[in-house]
Amino acid sequence: MAVAVGRPSNEELRNLSLSGHVGFDSLPDQLVNKSTSQGFCFNILCVGETGIGKSTLMDTLFNTKFESDPATHNEPGVRLKARSYELQESNVRLKLTIVDTVGFGDQINKDDSYKPIVEYIDAQFEAYLQEELKIKRSLFNYHDTRIHACLYFIAPTGHSLKSLDLVTMKKLDSKVNIIPIIAKADTIAKNELHKFKSKIMSELVSNGVQIYQFPTDEETVAEINATMSVHLPFAVVGSTEEVKIGNKMAKARQYPWGVVQVENENHCDFVKLREMLIRVNMEDLREQTHTRHYELYRRCKLEEMGFKDTDPDSKPFSLQETYEAKRNEFLGELQKKEEEMRQMFVMRVKEKEAELKEAEKELHEKFDLLKRTHQEEKKKVEDKKKELEEEVSNFQKKKAAAQLLQSQAQQSGAQQTKKDKDKKNASFT
Amino acid sequence: MSKGLPEARTDTAMSELVPEPRPKPAVPMKPVSINSNLLGYIGIDTIIEQMRKKTMKTGFDFNIMVVGQSGLGKSTLVNTLFKSQVSRKASSWNREEKIPKTVEIKAIGHVIEEGGVKMKLTVIDTPGFGDQINNENCWEPIEKYINEQYEKFLKEEVNIARKKRIPDTRVHCCLYFISPTGHSLRPLDLEFMKHLSKVVNIIPVIAKADTMTLEEKSEFKQRVRKELEVNGIEFYPQKEFDEDLEDKTENDKIRQESMPFAVVGSDKEYQVNGKRVLGRKTPWGIIEVENLHHCEFALLRDFVIRTHLQDLKEVTHNIHYETYRAKRLNDNGGLPPGEGLLGTVLPPVPATPCPTAE
Repeated sequence: MAVAVGRPSNEELRNLSLSGHVGFDSLPDQLVNKSTSQGFCFNILCVGETGIGKSTLMDTLFNTKFESDPATHNEPGVRLKARSYELQESNVRLKLTIVDTVGFGDQINKDDSYKPIVEYIDAQFEAYLQEELKIKRSLFNYHDTRIHACLYFIAPTGHSLKSLDLVTMKKLDSKVNIIPIIAKADTIAKNELHKFKSKIMSELVSNGVQIYQFPTDEETVAEINATMSVHLPFAVVGSTEEVKIGNKMAKARQYPWGVVQVENENHCDFVKLREMLIRVNMEDLREQTHTRHYELYRRCKLEEMGFKDTDPDSKPFSLQETYEAKRNEFLGELQKKEEEMRQMFVMRVKEKEAELKEAEKELHEKFDLLKRTHQEEKKKVEDKKKELEEEVSNFQKKKAAAQLLQSQAQQSGAQQTKKDKDKKNASFT
Repeated sequence: MSKGLPEARTDTAMSELVPEPRPKPAVPMKPVSINSNLLGYIGIDTIIEQMRKKTMKTGFDFNIMVVGQSGLGKSTLVNTLFKSQVSRKASSWNREEKIPKTVEIKAIGHVIEEGGVKMKLTVIDTPGFGDQINNENCWEPIEKYINEQYEKFLKEEVNIARKKRIPDTRVHCCLYFISPTGHSLRPLDLEFMKHLSKVVNIIPVIAKADTMTLEEKSEFKQRVRKELEVNGIEFYPQKEFDEDLEDKTENDKIRQESMPFAVVGSDKEYQVNGKRVLGRKTPWGIIEVENLHHCEFALLRDFVIRTHLQDLKEVTHNIHYETYRAKRLNDNGGLPPGEGLLGTVLPPVPATPCPTAE
């Protein structure tokens, strides 16, 4: 008989001091080594109009030419295109997936533009949930496709957010970490940029859009995150072409009036974006996705399916039992439906049978009728035939008689003529 | 005649149970491998540092269980391992306390910190194990305790609104103390390890190794290893969980040469050669605990704490716990093993997925 004795709660845990080096300070290294050997996943979703510079920015961020053909403006609807890449830096392997919204903002009617995006995000959560719920699951080497960061590209109008932007961001803010950025920032002058940024931020706040908050709870990153947050949304310029500046080659865009350097913090906020997105908060983005957005999705999904947490002191596996109950209910319904269908089927069969019998009867009757008619006709024909034969025989008789008469008549005529002749002759003599 | 029906039936049924199946998302192409070293520094490798910071902030849990007959030096060894008084030694108990009539499970938690890393260490003691005259089934309370911890974790997992960090009370490591008879394993030892090696990571240690000479030690170890193998007892690190060749060669070396570790424990310090070392003072000399020539304590410590601690936790989580979960789901719901029914809910997974850890 086991007696669990003295399991103190958290507050009662004694803090012990160590009298020597134990060695578990290598624990984070052990953990990190394991993760390094498995590789990391990071998935970015880029939402923005066609031609706003999404692909170029991705190329610039990751120092690579991801192959993609620019999309046309003729897409009938919004669709998402996902591409995966494996990047390696020193001993870190990153499985990067970039999801693009093709055709966003091109339609005349943009009511449903946000729907494919929301569906895609939900589908990734769903896939993870399904894996979690399996009996035999392997979560530790599951390829995580959930979106960790959503870069929302705002068009550099200089005025304010478009209503499409507000609507889309509102729909996405509870599902994904949104980082708004101003694209093609080299079209805005510096003074306008400041006004534009504050206008955007106030609009987001007044519409209750929850964008991603850079974490400020840990001392090492709190400071840098706080200073960077002030510059949201980051005004970025992307370029993969290099221009000679001074004696170095740098990524830049060359204009007749000057050169916009991508990595110059006076020119644009690209460096800030790269810092925040990759070098400081990548892990936090992943964690937020898992602990906040995914849990919310999971909770909603389970509640939707009718499961609830029961009181803590109720029977264990409330979920399992609810499931059982539901399953039995479902099976019962299934059986009922089966019965109904079977009965209906039987009824129909009977009907059809009756119909067919009717038809058969009719057919028989018709057949009889025909037969009778046929027989009658036959009889009539026979009768007529007999009549005909009679007539024919009569005719033959008559003919024969007539012939006889004729021949008699001829004979008598001949005799008569002879007689006459003789008489005549006699008279002469 | 009724051939057309069943399909129609399941379709309506499935659509009732599952909401409209979402359109299949754009499937990513096969990943293209790009070596970014050539094109300029991006900063991806900073994720290691980011991760490290996060894990240090959340801290770690570690639960270690010690099993063995009383008097084998379990508490002393645990104290030596963690260089602090984590266990109250039996000898310091009130003399009037008798040996418990049944196996008790005593779990005591502490928080220790080193180098900025906070660890919540729980030592689970099993007084009364193997001490009765009739020791039949004395491993059952222990097995029950271990399964209870799995059950607790599973229940938390199953919740709809779950905690951010599910408290982990599962036993990560079980040190089994073998009496240094010099002959072979006792039937009780074999029985215990046979039953428990399937549910928990067992690390056998030879206690009070200072009673054996070097030759006796190596012979005994060989015999023990052979016996364990003959009886099919898979102790940690289990062969079947070696992930790659590197792991395999490293673990093979440990399995075939070092284990079971022959240890000596002590929490008293003595002066040897001008240094203060932990040791046991005897008329014929001082046995230094951390001296590799004297005993293998340092090997055990390095193995459990400095290199394989995270792995112990992961094997417990990914393998033992999953086995328990799968079995529990199968038994409870009568659900078919393997894939759960599409769209129906089965108790979900712990809130600690692969990359982030506790």
